[in-house]
Amino acid sequence: MNSMTLFINFAYVISAGLFIFGLKMLSSPATARRGNMLSALGMLLAIVVTLFNAGLDYKWILVGVIIGSVIGLVAAYKVQMTSMPEMVALFNGFGGIASLLLAWGEYHQHPELSVFIALVTFLSAFIGGITFSGSMIAFGKLAEMMPSKAIIFSGQHIVNGAILLAALISGVIFAMNPASSYAIFLVIVVVALLFGVTSVIPIGGADMPVVISLLNSYSGLAACAAGFVINNNILIVAGALVGASGIILTNIMCKAMNRSLANVLFSGFGATTQAAGSAEQEGEIKPATAEDVFYILEAADSVAFVPGYGLAVAQAQHVVQELGELLEANGTEVSYAIHPVAGRMPGHMNVLLAEANVSYDQLVEMDDINPRMDSIDVCVVIGANDVVNPAALEDESSPIYGMPIIETHRAKTVIVLKRSMNPGFAGIQNALFFYPNTRMYFGDAKASIQALVAEFKSD
Amino acid sequence: MEAVFLTFVFVLSIFLGFELISKVPSTLHTPLMSGSNAISGITMIGSLASLKADNMTVAVILGTLAVTFATINVVGGYAVTNRMLEMFKKKDEGGAK
Repeated sequence: MNSMTLFINFAYVISAGLFIFGLKMLSSPATARRGNMLSALGMLLAIVVTLFNAGLDYKWILVGVIIGSVIGLVAAYKVQMTSMPEMVALFNGFGGIASLLLAWGEYHQHPELSVFIALVTFLSAFIGGITFSGSMIAFGKLAEMMPSKAIIFSGQHIVNGAILLAALISGVIFAMNPASSYAIFLVIVVVALLFGVTSVIPIGGADMPVVISLLNSYSGLAACAAGFVINNNILIVAGALVGASGIILTNIMCKAMNRSLANVLFSGFGATTQAAGSAEQEGEIKPATAEDVFYILEAADSVAFVPGYGLAVAQAQHVVQELGELLEANGTEVSYAIHPVAGRMPGHMNVLLAEANVSYDQLVEMDDINPRMDSIDVCVVIGANDVVNPAALEDESSPIYGMPIIETHRAKTVIVLKRSMNPGFAGIQNALFFYPNTRMYFGDAKASIQALVAEFKSD
Repeated sequence: MEAVFLTFVFVLSIFLGFELISKVPSTLHTPLMSGSNAISGITMIGSLASLKADNMTVAVILGTLAVTFATINVVGGYAVTNRMLEMFKKKDEGGAK
């Protein structure tokens, strides 16, 4: 190891330290931004010192870096916050394909590999390929460029199993004799891309948060495998951090939906309309006018907004924030109770509310608000449905039974904003609407809130 | 022996990752995801290092593509994360005018 290589590797240690500190600072919104910058600094350092390697082809590096930076920056500054899941899926896919291409390029250049290196080359290409095509499908579903419903056909599991088996067999053949297995390597690439597609199409739009988290993890693991291929520690450390992060988020999302990962990946939830809510609902619907809601809110000491993705669809974040401000001016304690799966990806709703200038100390997690729900005067449910359905706690026959919910029904009064009585995303009737302390406030979410804001202002 | 050493690093990093990430509040999960996504663009380092001047044409094409995609991942990922985190403000910082 010459002194330059030594210098480069020491710089990588510093980079790894910066990544770790950066992630650590993400533990609070107050330090998160600096954390991200530290992490970016670590990346910059790693990139710059890598350029000190002998014999690099700077011309093509420059081409790649310029094109990549322009595309990356434009995308990052143009994207709407509501489209963040698509964006993350897309970037994720690009990370995956980069790992695949890296492994391929290395193999093309040096086809004589030891069994271990051949094995990690296979893993890098295979995981990278799945990450890429899987992320593209997730992107298509989230951007509604393709049907977001689960696509199911009979024998799907057998087909997927066969593809996976084919991949593993090719992997073994490849690892045994990499020098004369170029064709096999190409087969592996194709099979990986195919498997990414076939494994994501049976997953419905509502489960996309889990899929994105999982693909995030894969992209890290692909980078890790690439690190083994080129014998580079920084790739392994950074890749492992991302891999762990994705796995934790996947787990949180699965818990929030009360489903196992296997269930999300293989069951095709949402493909068929369930004969759900078979139990007859008791009680009656009590509609409220803007004026009724205004009087309820005006008299309340504490109000918790419970936003769901419908809020973002109606683009009502800003008016909700305005209403929150008015309520606070009126002496009411305002908070925003956010269910882990309220958006289209983990933490999505928080970003949307932060964009609308909601202070982050008002964003409350489900586990923090539920214990003090009895003391909340009014819960305003906007565009959320299944995540506040008490059937998840009470009705064992309900398909969402066992899913943790925000227990709005325990608040003194619940106001549910809803366009009509149609059941929600999962096609399940909501028992909350029939509770004695529930008032239904029908109409478009944005227009309804605007009406309330007008009432407050005219008062 | 090299393989053992690398695996050692891998295993320790996974544990470190679990420790770090489990402390991130759910409020920040989206920026966490896009930020860690940007970190996974670390493949860029590998793509840069393997894009050698004496590479065969196919390897040059593959390498340039790899650098391009990884750069999108890194630059876009950090930029969008920064844009998101910028929006997280507390009231006394002028978050809500």
